[in-house]
Amino acid sequence: MMVDILAQVEQLTRRYGENRAVDEVSFTLQRGQVLGFLGPNGAGKSTTLRMLAGVLAPDAGRILIQGVDLLDQPTQAKRTLGYLPEQPPLYREMTVDEQLHYSARLHGLSRDASRQAVARIKERCGLTEVGRRLTDHLSKGYRQRVGIAQAVLHDPAVIVLDEPTVGLDPLQSREIHALIRELGQDRGVILSSHRLSEVQALCTHVQIMRAGRLVYASALADLAGQRPSIRLRIGLHTPPLPSRLAELPGVERIEELGDGRFRLHHSADLALAQALIEQARIEDWGLWELTPEQTSLEQIFVDLILERVDKVEIA
Amino acid sequence: MIAVIAVRELRSLFLSPLAWTLLAVIQGLLAWIFLLLVDDFRELQGRLASVENAPGVTDLVAAPLLQVAAWMLLLLIPLLTMRLFSEERRTRTLDLLLSAPVTTTEMVLGKYVGVMAFLFITIALIALMPLSLTLGVTLDFGKLLAGLLGLSLLAAAMSAAGIYLSTLTTQPAVAAMATTGLLLGLWMVDAVSTAPGTAGDLSGYLSLRRHYDAFLLGLFDSTDLAYYLLFSAAFLGLAIRRLDNLRLRD
Repeated sequence: MMVDILAQVEQLTRRYGENRAVDEVSFTLQRGQVLGFLGPNGAGKSTTLRMLAGVLAPDAGRILIQGVDLLDQPTQAKRTLGYLPEQPPLYREMTVDEQLHYSARLHGLSRDASRQAVARIKERCGLTEVGRRLTDHLSKGYRQRVGIAQAVLHDPAVIVLDEPTVGLDPLQSREIHALIRELGQDRGVILSSHRLSEVQALCTHVQIMRAGRLVYASALADLAGQRPSIRLRIGLHTPPLPSRLAELPGVERIEELGDGRFRLHHSADLALAQALIEQARIEDWGLWELTPEQTSLEQIFVDLILERVDKVEIA
Repeated sequence: MIAVIAVRELRSLFLSPLAWTLLAVIQGLLAWIFLLLVDDFRELQGRLASVENAPGVTDLVAAPLLQVAAWMLLLLIPLLTMRLFSEERRTRTLDLLLSAPVTTTEMVLGKYVGVMAFLFITIALIALMPLSLTLGVTLDFGKLLAGLLGLSLLAAAMSAAGIYLSTLTTQPAVAAMATTGLLLGLWMVDAVSTAPGTAGDLSGYLSLRRHYDAFLLGLFDSTDLAYYLLFSAAFLGLAIRRLDNLRLRD
C-alpha cells in the first residue's frame, strides 16, 4: 500500500518574546493515523495545533497539507482541514443548526450540500435533538460535540482536535472516541490530550512534547511490542540487605522504594521472578508483592516530564 | 464567501435586541424632529410665497432632517461596529474564520457588507419621512437623492473606521468609545478651518462634515465622493492588515 502523507510539518518554530513556545518540531501524518499529542500544560501542544490549523503563523518552518503549502496557499490548504480549538468557536446567538450551516458554507459547501452535511453530522454526533437550541444554552458536553461536528462537517482529510473530550463525561467521551476512531480510518486525525488513557485507547501514534520540543514519537503498536518487562517491583515483609538481593541472578540495579519495597532492574530474558520466589521462600522474606513493570506509555511520559530522561529516540 | 459572512452578520444583528433598539430610538427621535420641521415649514410657507427664489420644502425639511440623521449615525455606528471583530476575538470565534478557507480580505469585507446592509435599511427608513411629503407637495428629488447618497457615503466611511478600531481591542466598549472619539474628532476638525493658510484648508478637507454639507446642498462633487471612498478603503485596508498581523502576534 502506498503511504499517503496528509500533513507534513517541518522545523516548525514559534516564539513568544524570548520564550520558544514551539521549537523546531517536525512530524508527518499519514492517512489512517490517529496521532496523539501528549504533554504537560504549556508544552506547546495547542500552539503547534493552532499553527497546523492556520490560525497562527509560525516564525519558521513549513506546513504542507496534502502537498499544499499552508503559508503560501492558505485558502487551498484549509479546504481539506478541520479544526476544533481548545474552546469550541460557537456564536452564542445562533442555534446549533445555524452554526453548523454557517460553518459548512464557510468551508465552501453549496447550500444544498451543507444542508445534507449538517443533517448527516448531527446524526453522527448525537445532535439531532438540540438542533434548534441556542449554542449558548448547551451544556459543556454538547458544546464540545457541536465543535467536533463543525470540524468534520465538510469532510476534511486532516482533522485537528485540541483536547476533544475535555469536559465530557465518560459515556460521552466514549461516543466521541468511537467517532474519532471511525474518522481516523480513512483520514488523518491529530489530537492533543492530557489523559494518557485516552491516547492509549484512541491513537495509533503518540508524540510527547515538553517545553516546546518533541521529545518522543512512536507508534503505539511498537510500544506494546517492546521487549517484555525488564523491571520487577517487589514487596517484602522482612527484607534482607539490598546487597543480598543484588546477588540474585541477572539483577543489574536495585531501587529502594521504602516500606520493604524494591524495584529490581534486570537483564532481559532471565527468569528472575522464579529465582526470587524460590529464594524468598527459603530465606523467609515474606514476599507480598511481585509485579512485572511494563515500559508503559505512562512510564515514558512520567520519565520524560520529570526530566529523568532527556530524550527517547524518535522513531 | 463575502456574502456568507455578510448574511450571518446581518442576521446576528437582528437577533440581538441592540439593532432593534437602535432602529427604534433613531426612528423615534428623527420622527419628532421631522414633525417639528414640517410644522416650522407650514408656518413659514405663507411668508415664503412672497420671496423670490425662496428655499423649498426640500431645503427646509429634508436637508435639516438629513443633517440630524448624520449626527444620529455618528452615535449609532460605533455601537454597530464595536463587536464585529473585538467580540469574535474575545469569545474566540475568530478561530473558526481563521481556520476556514477564507482570506482576511473576505472576512473584513463580509462584515462590512453586513453592517452596510443594516445601515441601508436604516437610511431607507429615514428616507421614507421626507418621501411621505410627496402626498402634499412637490419635492426636489435631485437634491433629496444627493442628500441620501451623501448620508450613505458618510455611513460607509464611518463603518470602515469602526471596523478597523474593533480589530484593535478585545473589548467592544473600548472599540465603541475609540470609534466615537475618532468620528467626532473628524466631524469637528474643520472648526479651526476659518484660520487662513494650509492648516485651515487641510482641516477643512479632512472634515467628515464639510464633504457631507455639499451633498445636502444638492452639489455632487467628485472630490467629495473620492474623499469618502478613499476614507473607507483606507480603514478597510488597515483592518485587513491588522488581522493579518494578529495571526503573527497571538
